[in-house]
Formats: sequence, structure tokens, C-alpha cells
Amino acid sequence: MADEIKSSNSNVSSGTTPASGTNGRNGKNGKVGLVEIVKDDIESLKTVIPAKAKEQIEDLKDPTKTQVYTSIFRHKHDDTPRNRALGVLSNVFLHLHPAKINRDAVRYSYTWGMGGITFYLFIILTYTGVLLMFYYHPSKVQAFRDVLYLEHDVPFGKILRNMHRWAAHLMVIAVWLHMFRVFLTGSYKKPREFNWNIGVLLLVFTLLLSFTGYLLPDDQLGFWAVTVGTNMARATPLLGHEGPFGPQLGMTPYNDVRFGLLGGSIVDANALLRSYIWHCIGIPIVASVLMIVHFWRVRKDGGISGPAPVMLQEEADKPRRGPKAAGE
Amino acid sequence: MDWRQLWEICSAPDNVPIVGLIPLLIFYIYLAWKQAHANDMLIEQLEGDAALAKTHHRKTWPFKPGWQKEIHVWPFLLRIEFLAAIIVTIILMVWSITLNAPLEEPANPNLTMNPAKAPWYFLGLQEMLVYFDPWIAGVVMPTLIIIGLMVIPYIDTNPLGSGYYTWKQRKFSLSAFLFGFIILWVSMIMIGTFIRGPGWQWFWPGQTWDHNRLIYEVNRDLPDIFGITSNLGKGIFGAIVVGGYYLLGGFVVYSLFRRYKLKDFTRMSLLQFSITQFLLLTMVALPLKMGIRLLWHIKYVWITPWFNI
Repeated sequence: MADEIKSSNSNVSSGTTPASGTNGRNGKNGKVGLVEIVKDDIESLKTVIPAKAKEQIEDLKDPTKTQVYTSIFRHKHDDTPRNRALGVLSNVFLHLHPAKINRDAVRYSYTWGMGGITFYLFIILTYTGVLLMFYYHPSKVQAFRDVLYLEHDVPFGKILRNMHRWAAHLMVIAVWLHMFRVFLTGSYKKPREFNWNIGVLLLVFTLLLSFTGYLLPDDQLGFWAVTVGTNMARATPLLGHEGPFGPQLGMTPYNDVRFGLLGGSIVDANALLRSYIWHCIGIPIVASVLMIVHFWRVRKDGGISGPAPVMLQEEADKPRRGPKAAGE
Repeated sequence: MDWRQLWEICSAPDNVPIVGLIPLLIFYIYLAWKQAHANDMLIEQLEGDAALAKTHHRKTWPFKPGWQKEIHVWPFLLRIEFLAAIIVTIILMVWSITLNAPLEEPANPNLTMNPAKAPWYFLGLQEMLVYFDPWIAGVVMPTLIIIGLMVIPYIDTNPLGSGYYTWKQRKFSLSAFLFGFIILWVSMIMIGTFIRGPGWQWFWPGQTWDHNRLIYEVNRDLPDIFGITSNLGKGIFGAIVVGGYYLLGGFVVYSLFRRYKLKDFTRMSLLQFSITQFLLLTMVALPLKMGIRLLWHIKYVWITPWFNI
């Protein structure tokens, strides 16, 4: 750096000193002065620019020192424990993780990776779902034709719809397996009771997301599945017109809970619009908020539950509090 | 055997996830059981050797002094997450290229699909409609499932088995969950998918779906068998039977807990214990009601002007 400054200084002075000199000497004859100045500048181009360029090309050999790089990545990339930790902590996407975890927690056999896979599938579904929204109108006239258009005319439209459908099914399975694993490892026990509850709500919203999406192609499959599903709501105790004590409370097909779900007494245009809005906006927002809480609580409750050291029967009723109770 | 029919059901695009769920569940149950067994062996060994229990690191995986207990997330966890993302993407890509999402005819309210099936993950509830009225199968049961799942951490007072697979330390809670998940949820979905045909009738795998098949079943109600005819009598009789089931069943649960799970019983508050009793008995009521329907053609137990159970 010091060399660089010195050389650039000398270049600048050798370029400008004669120019300012000529200016002073030939004040009367401006034209000669101007030609000299330009000549001098052109001369200097041969030395100043190549020198600068050479320096900067040298600098580019280590791009991690450029201003652009250091503005994006706020720490060095050398393989040191500090940088490994900072790589996770100073990145908004990766900072969901702690810097370090229990050495056995990365074993696939313990976690099955299903929570992470569920989240990844949610991201895929959001991505493919947004793309599908560009081609879809939630109206009785257009909806089914849009799906046909998507399948036959839109480039990659078919694989887009297929991926959205299969990722949705896979997400339901992944949620179940995640929940199954969490139960089998007793991970809902103190201090993770509340997070298990958030997880149950996320299960419900995953199923509702899938269910509201079922109607959107507006085909026989979705129509009858949703008809069967929402017919159950007729029978809601107190709030359905065919449910226990519903008629006594004044419930009819036109004011009960099913009417509220469908926006009508049959599965029709309003039901399509309602399920579209729940599917694309309402439930994803609620589910995202719950996911934020879920991930936050995983960290706050002491990271993932294990694999923890086994406890023995005689230790069962001894109070185990403080950091030691959490794991190691 | 109608192999073609069987193939058509198994290969229907929306049934593929269920077909895939079976090997996945078998694999993960095996994986969990293997680790539970290894942990149980270790627990047994440590409980027999107090000196070893004090020094042992208490995991089945090897650990040597001097090894770091914690490792960096970057790269040891992130590389696994990256790999998992790639593998899931590849699976999805291949699946999406080889199998098309189903699309039937345009929706037509005048043409009923037979059988009209709910999405596969709700088929357990639809199957329950055979045995219960919609307000129970479609509203009360899902609500109880959600509430039941949510109270699990608050009624399971067993401090053992937190953060590791085990069978011996949690026999009861694991059995209850497996009963609920595998028997009552997954197997009902299997029945709803593979067994139920037109008219929601029972067709064994490989039996041709006959759209014209009629089954004449004379279903009776429990009060009829006892010769009760008046509405008031039926109402009171049903209330006694259902109430008696919960009272007597509650007593049986109490007596079993006192005898075989005394430690858990002493740890539980009365509220915790009564919620456990109620949820257990409600869970057991499902197969019981199915049993009396299938064996004795009994439809309702409790009949009132407002609701039937």
C-alpha cells in the first residue's frame, strides 16, 4: 500500500507540475499552453493509467480485500474457529443455527432431518406457488381452463404444477414423521411443552393449506373432496344447521358455520375465491408467523433436544435444573 | 384376484403418497426401535453398575476423553442440510417428471363422484363416518385429536426419556401414541384408500369395485335390543350406558395406574389424571364402537331427539 501511494503520487506530480508550469509561463499565449497541456496529459496516459491498472489487477487477485466484498461479508474467510462461527452468526439466513452444536446432534438417525425437510418443502411450495399464481384466475369461468393452459401451453407449466402438488403431499408426510420423531424421543417434555403446541398448530395449518389447495383446479376431484369435507361442518354442534342443538339455535344452511367457510350454501364461485385467498395469503402468513415462533423457541429452549445422555430410573425424581438439565 | 383394479388404486397419482408412506413408516420405526433397544441395553448396564454410571458419557455412540463435545455448525451441519435439500429436490424433480398431478373433469355438482373421497390425509375421519354421526367424526373427533395432542406434554409427567429413544422407560406413553397414530390414524387412512369402494362399501384388495353392489344390513340400536321403545327411555338408557362406560372405564384406568404405574400416578395431579383418563377412554371407544357395529350391527348407543351417539 505504501508503495502504491508513493508511485501514484510521483505519477501525479510528474503529470501535473509541468502543466501548471506552462500555465504560469505562457499566460499570454493560451493556445500554445493548451496544446502543451493536452500533449502532456496524453504523455502521462502512457504511464499513469497502465500503472494504476496493474496495481488494481494485482489487488483483484485477492477479491476478499475489495470494498464490495468486505461490505457484504463482514468477516474474513480464513479457516479459523472464529470465522467458522461468524460465518453462521453474521448471516441472516444461517443465524437460525447456533455456532456450535452437540457432536451427536448431526447424526441423521436421531433427527431424521424431517423438520428441516418440512421447512425446505414449504419454501419450494412458496416458490412454485407464486409462479402458479401468475397463470391462475380464481373464478369459475377461468380456473379449470387456466389449469389446462398451464398443463399444455405454458413452458414447464406441467412440471410446475406437478412439483407443487407432490411437494404438498410430501410436506404432509414430512410433518407427520417429524412429529413422530419428536414424540419417540420425548422431545416435547420440559422445557419444550410450548413448542410442541406450536408444532401441533403448524400440523393443522399444513393440512388446511393442502386442503384449501385441493379445490383450486376446480375439477371433480377437488370439488367432491371439498364438498365431503365441508359437509362435516353442517354437523358442527351448536354452529351447524344439522348439528346437535344447531336448529334450536336458529341455524339454517344460509347462516351456519359452513356458509361462512364457503361463502354460500354450496361449493361455488365464492368458495373458490375463499379457498384461493386462504391458500395463497391467509394461511401462509399465519403459518409463517408460527414457524418463526417455532424456530425461535427451538433455540430458546436449549437447541434440539438431543441426543441427550440417558437418565436412569433412580434419577427420575431428582430435580435437574440449570444448564446441566438441558443436556451435557 | 382383480390385479388390474388393485394396480389402478395403488397407482392413482394421489394414492402414491400413501403407498410411499408405508415403507417410510416401516423404515423409521425400525430406525427408532434400533436406537431405543441400544439405549435400553445401556440403561440396564448403567443401572447395574453405579460406578460406571458416574463416569460414563451415557450415550451409545463412542466418546473418548479429549474429543470435543461440540462441533461447528459450519461446515458439519450445513453440509448435511445442503445435501438434504439437494436430495429432496432431486426426488421431487424425478417424481414430477414421471407422474402427473391428477386432473379430472371440470367440477360438476350434478355428477356425483362415486366414491367421493376426501384428500388422503383426511380419509381416517371419513372412515369414521361409517361408525359415527358427522358431528362426532367430522367435528368433535378432529377437535379432540388437536386438543389431545396439545395436552400431551402437560399430562405426561414421566421425566425419563427426554432427548433419546427408549422403550423401557416410556412403555405406556409410547404404546398410547403408537395406538393412536398407527392403528387409529394411519390404518384408517389405508382402509379408506385401498378398501373402500363405490358407496363406501368394503372391497378387499383385488376385489372388483362393483358399482351396482347392494348390501342389506339391518342395523339396530342398542336400546332396541333391550326392548326400550319410548324416546325418554332411550335417552336415559343411552346416558347411563355412555356415562357408565366413562365411570367404569375411569375406575379401570385408575386401578391399572395404581397397580402398574404408581410412580406416574403419584406425580400426576387430579386434573392431569382425569384428562388422561378421558382421552384414553375416548381413544379406546373408537375401536369399541367399530366392534359392536361390525359384530352385532348396532348403530347407536344413545339416542336423543337432538343427537345420536
